[in-house]
Amino acid sequence: MSKVYDVVIIGGGPAGLSAGLYASRSRMSALIVERAKWGGQAGTTEELENYPGSIEMPTGPKLMERMKNQAEAFGAELVKDEVTSIDTSDKTKKIILGSGKDISAKAVIIATGAQPMMLGVPGEAELRGKGVSYCATCDADFFTELEVVVVGGGDAAVEEAIYLTKFAEKVTIVHRRDQFRAAKSIAEKAMNNDKIDIMWNTVVEEIYGDGIVEGVKLKNVKTNEITDFRTDGVFMFVGTKPISEFAKGIVEMDQKGYIKTDEEMRTSVDGIFAAGDVRVKSLRQVVTAAADGAIAAVNAEKYIEKNFEI
Amino acid sequence: MIELTKDNFEAEVMQAEGPVLVDFWGEKCEPCKALMPDVHALAEKYGDKMKMCKLNTTQNRRLAIGQKVLGLPTFIVYKNGEKIKEISGAENCTPEAIENLIKENI
Repeated sequence: MSKVYDVVIIGGGPAGLSAGLYASRSRMSALIVERAKWGGQAGTTEELENYPGSIEMPTGPKLMERMKNQAEAFGAELVKDEVTSIDTSDKTKKIILGSGKDISAKAVIIATGAQPMMLGVPGEAELRGKGVSYCATCDADFFTELEVVVVGGGDAAVEEAIYLTKFAEKVTIVHRRDQFRAAKSIAEKAMNNDKIDIMWNTVVEEIYGDGIVEGVKLKNVKTNEITDFRTDGVFMFVGTKPISEFAKGIVEMDQKGYIKTDEEMRTSVDGIFAAGDVRVKSLRQVVTAAADGAIAAVNAEKYIEKNFEI
Repeated sequence: MIELTKDNFEAEVMQAEGPVLVDFWGEKCEPCKALMPDVHALAEKYGDKMKMCKLNTTQNRRLAIGQKVLGLPTFIVYKNGEKIKEISGAENCTPEAIENLIKENI
């Protein structure tokens, strides 16, 4: 019989890596499966000044590298693969991988996180990689001395707008409301930045350009006035959507696909836990993801002790 | 894999015979760097059927923009000096999608 892990953790962002750290510290065998990039969304966030203790080296990639090394140092195994389904017909769960293999585990922690949402306006998909971007650290370089629009008003939008001023000549934040949802300290920083202009009560209706972004059509939601706005790039930070497709019909979710849990990170299925951004929760941050991961790992251990002979 | 610069892009890509894959990546693009081992493995596997190149856009920004690439990661297949197919963005550029892009164009 092939190996049965105590815990298989799906996703290698802050929630998954924290769960891996806690699980392997308590001597459980833990495997973390990541489909793309270790560190998740935090791995592409340059400014990460709200994770306690990260003031000196506040970049996302560095913090996530340290989290990954820490989990590995305690014995968590890491593998690159995509999970396509979970077979829950037995008490021992089977995690089905995209490579065709499967892994057995006594408990599963889903920590797949979320990914940036598309706005869904004409031109957005066609001009992806040609001026439409969802990752400031990836693409900021291209816009050195050019002008860009940032769409959104949450933490991500405002933080990334500030980051973009290091490259772009001018950054215009387009936000559908009349104030930011972002933390006040960041919002103030943006409003005091000479390179940042803010257009309140405004939405993007269309992105256009011949093979490359040339401009956007904007609508003022108060007056319904449509204006043409020339720009070289459009950065979208209009929210996120959960990466939970593979778990549909297995664990209970809300309408948007976020996984429902109790305070102990238990899902509707015994032995399956969820942690981090993929879960129904009010604050999606690295610090809350890491906390979720720890809680999930501890409760996975309790579950195993109760339900499996050690 | 061939490292492209403004000095060899014309000869290695535009004047090349047969299909050429170009991996546009950047030094601050974490998804690009995470993909690199997979891309190297694909270059080993398909290197005899398709020419495999990579372009550091941080060092060659103008060249990338000249190719209408302003977002990473981006993978483009060229044939006879023309773009045949391209994929862009971290969720779209999975190892499977890149392998399909190669298979469809050899």
